[in-house]
Amino acid sequence: MAEIHLKSLAHSYDTTANPPEYAIRQMDHVWHDGGAFALLGPSGCGKSTLLNIISGLLVPSEGDVLFDGVRVNDTPPQDRNIAQVFQFPVVYDTMTVFDNLAFPLRNMKAGTAKINTKVREIAEILELTDVLDKKAANLTADEKQKVSMGRGLVRDDVSAILFDEPLTVIDPQLKWKLRRKLKQIHEKFNTTMVYVTHDQLEASTFADKIALMYGGQVVQFGTPRELFEQPNHTFVGYFIGSPGMNFLEVERCDEGVCFGNTIFTLNNAEKKALQHSKSTNLKLGIRPEFVHVWDKPNDDAFETKVEFVEDLGTYKIVTLTFAGVSMKARLQEDQQVPQHTAFISFPEQWLMLYVDEFLVAKESDYE
Amino acid sequence: MNKKKTVGLGLYIMFLLLPLYWLLMMSFKGNEEILGGLTFWPNDFTFANYMTIFTDASWYTGYLNSIYYVSLNMAITLIVALPAAYAFSRFRFTGDKHLFFWLLTNRMAPPAVFLLPFFQLYSSVGLFDTHIGVALAHCLFNVPLAVWILEGFMSGVPREIDETAYIDGYSFPKFFVKIFLPLIRSGIGVTAFFCFMFSWVELLLARTLTSVDAKPIAAVMTRTVSASGIDWGVLAAAGVLTILPGVLVIWFVRNHVAKGFALGRV
Amino acid sequence: MNKSHSNKAWFLVLPVFLLVAFSAIIPLMTVVNYSLQDIFDVSTRYFVGTEWYREILNDPRLQDSLVRQFIFSGSVLLIEIPLGIAVALMMPKDGKWSVVTLLVLALPLLVPLNVVGTIWQIFGRADIGLFGWALNAIGIDYNYAANPMDAWFTVLLMDVWHWTSLVALLSFSGLRAIPDAYYQAASIDRASNWAVFRYIQLPKLKSVLLIGVLLRFMDSFMIYTEPFVLTGGGPGNSTTFLSQALTKMAVGQFDIGPAGAFSIIYFLIILLVSWLFYTAMTHSDNK
Repeated sequence: MAEIHLKSLAHSYDTTANPPEYAIRQMDHVWHDGGAFALLGPSGCGKSTLLNIISGLLVPSEGDVLFDGVRVNDTPPQDRNIAQVFQFPVVYDTMTVFDNLAFPLRNMKAGTAKINTKVREIAEILELTDVLDKKAANLTADEKQKVSMGRGLVRDDVSAILFDEPLTVIDPQLKWKLRRKLKQIHEKFNTTMVYVTHDQLEASTFADKIALMYGGQVVQFGTPRELFEQPNHTFVGYFIGSPGMNFLEVERCDEGVCFGNTIFTLNNAEKKALQHSKSTNLKLGIRPEFVHVWDKPNDDAFETKVEFVEDLGTYKIVTLTFAGVSMKARLQEDQQVPQHTAFISFPEQWLMLYVDEFLVAKESDYE
Repeated sequence: MNKKKTVGLGLYIMFLLLPLYWLLMMSFKGNEEILGGLTFWPNDFTFANYMTIFTDASWYTGYLNSIYYVSLNMAITLIVALPAAYAFSRFRFTGDKHLFFWLLTNRMAPPAVFLLPFFQLYSSVGLFDTHIGVALAHCLFNVPLAVWILEGFMSGVPREIDETAYIDGYSFPKFFVKIFLPLIRSGIGVTAFFCFMFSWVELLLARTLTSVDAKPIAAVMTRTVSASGIDWGVLAAAGVLTILPGVLVIWFVRNHVAKGFALGRV
Repeated sequence: MNKSHSNKAWFLVLPVFLLVAFSAIIPLMTVVNYSLQDIFDVSTRYFVGTEWYREILNDPRLQDSLVRQFIFSGSVLLIEIPLGIAVALMMPKDGKWSVVTLLVLALPLLVPLNVVGTIWQIFGRADIGLFGWALNAIGIDYNYAANPMDAWFTVLLMDVWHWTSLVALLSFSGLRAIPDAYYQAASIDRASNWAVFRYIQLPKLKSVLLIGVLLRFMDSFMIYTEPFVLTGGGPGNSTTFLSQALTKMAVGQFDIGPAGAFSIIYFLIILLVSWLFYTAMTHSDNK
């Protein structure tokens, strides 16, 4: 079990380029001991790079990686007591499943009895007991991936397990099974786990806390709920949620901000933040889940044109045009679907102001 | 471990280079000196052997002919072998195992066996003394080789990559060219080189199937054996010159042969 | 590999099939045809059935050269395959030395067969060649033209010099195609270098090695030019391998019939042994 601290970390693959292009931009981050974390983000945001830096397969060009306070930049992966599961199953084809799982222990010269117990224990947890004598080459993709995971779990001295999009090759039906397995393993062993994925559903079901990465930066680190309700950055709003947040580009005006002829008032904290900034990059964001759709016209509601409705079973997504901008709202399954026109309002607590892409907090300390 | 590697490799490279050094030196010596005694460096350094070659037009055309039909052969082989190797790698179909092995059986007879029948066959379809004729004849042993090598490399690429690409919306040709081929670069590089090499050094068929228009360099070289004995110096010079195009080919495919395969590097 | 069943795959294979069949089937038929006849000239031919086959298989000279051939090919495989793999493992993966090594390794392969023989002919002579001179200088009495053992040694050495690069290049490209993730996983599993070789590299090299073994077996079994130029088959018959024996028979006696039969026998031997190699090495793939 280890606490992993990334201090002033940055990484550029080509340090000779001028200016150097960074895969990971300066960051400071702590992964607490024993937690289950997801590293979420779109392709190319640097999450695999970050994972490889943590495991030691990549040496960062700047900054430090600390395990329990000890700098490990120069420590090779085998000495960092970590296990890593890759995107494609990595198994030793010529060995049986048993030998595969036993491999790390044999390399550490563990005793036969111990190897036996440990391998059987892990095999049982991963439901691999039936295939222990099979040659690894003959397994299905998900069985192979389980073996990969198993190799990481057999060792006692593992302080962290890193997963690099491990469910990519797994059949959808089996994905949820494996995800549950991982959660069980985490609950049982309490090892620090970092799980890289681009699938937010995977991230939110697996992790206690999600680190959302964008452009080489961790833009937000919090529980799935925090990322949903309080996105720190427009990217978080856009990426999390299905569909993502609606955004309106607004301008300053007397009462607050305005979007065309519509005025949105701001609370004190938001007003203060606007005063402090000279930026013209202002956005209002609201999640489709929080857009209130009225069934009858209402003075406080805005009139919008209904473009189309998608019925997704337990809920519906309505695409509307509000003053020329396309927005989406989410309706419950039993809610009535408006035809042609709909009246919507934006509850103030869920309407977020973004200055320069960053969230202005609703409560602030400079009142 | 690294020290041992360097020493071992160094010794092996010396082993490979020494006879070639000898060949190079021979090309700069006159016949009397070659046969006269042992000298590490030519006593009478001479370009005469090379001059003999460069001033004789048939050497020059022989060179060009060889380059031409070998290039044709490489192109045809690769174009034809790539889809076939993909089929063998990804699909089961009637007679697949037998077909695969049958391909290689075409390399199992000494070329001498084919001389007369080939001569008759190619003459009858009007391919005698043409570059394309030799190129096609060489396909007999290069195509099976290419299919076998490429199939081996292709089978090392997990099928999941194909499926992921289709899910991402790639059409088959786009997937093949943009995703698949780059993954088997080292295989393509080595196949291209071997096709070049086997076709380039093949003497018997190339000589039998050509007379004037497409006569290859190897055939011209046999002129160095005359009634008065072997013209060692010229033969050596010709040998040196024949090695050069191959060096160029390796230079061009070097990145492909040495490139590794990065999994999941996103 | 999960292969899906699809006979449409034949379309992908068709060009190859046609191309190879065009050059293979008709000539093969022709040779079989010749092998069953006694041909005096274009108009005088007699069908003799399997007479040539029986005559050849009972000819002691040919039996001798067959034995020699097997010993030669066996030795070639025993030396070149391990050596080629070892060289591939030692080769640098990138950087300028990688290119240099690739180039040097490719050189012996690019030398025309008759030039290879010529090089070693001179190289091995005690009076005008570095190799022969060096061996005699350190006290070894070496003369490949007079001593059968020396001749064998030289022919083998020449083949190793010439063709090991093939195995090395194949193995090298095969090694390069192993995904990094395997080495990374092995590193995390704390595997020793030997374990990495045995459990990762060697299995992944299997298909490449199969090609290497088959190629070297076939080509060494059919070898003609290089030993012919080097020793002429001598001293005596000591280095007369199978193809030279065939050529002597066909050219010397100018008899297409027996030559045709010999060719078919040749082909069948190679086919049988290759098939044995193939089955043995792909055995584990068949579930």
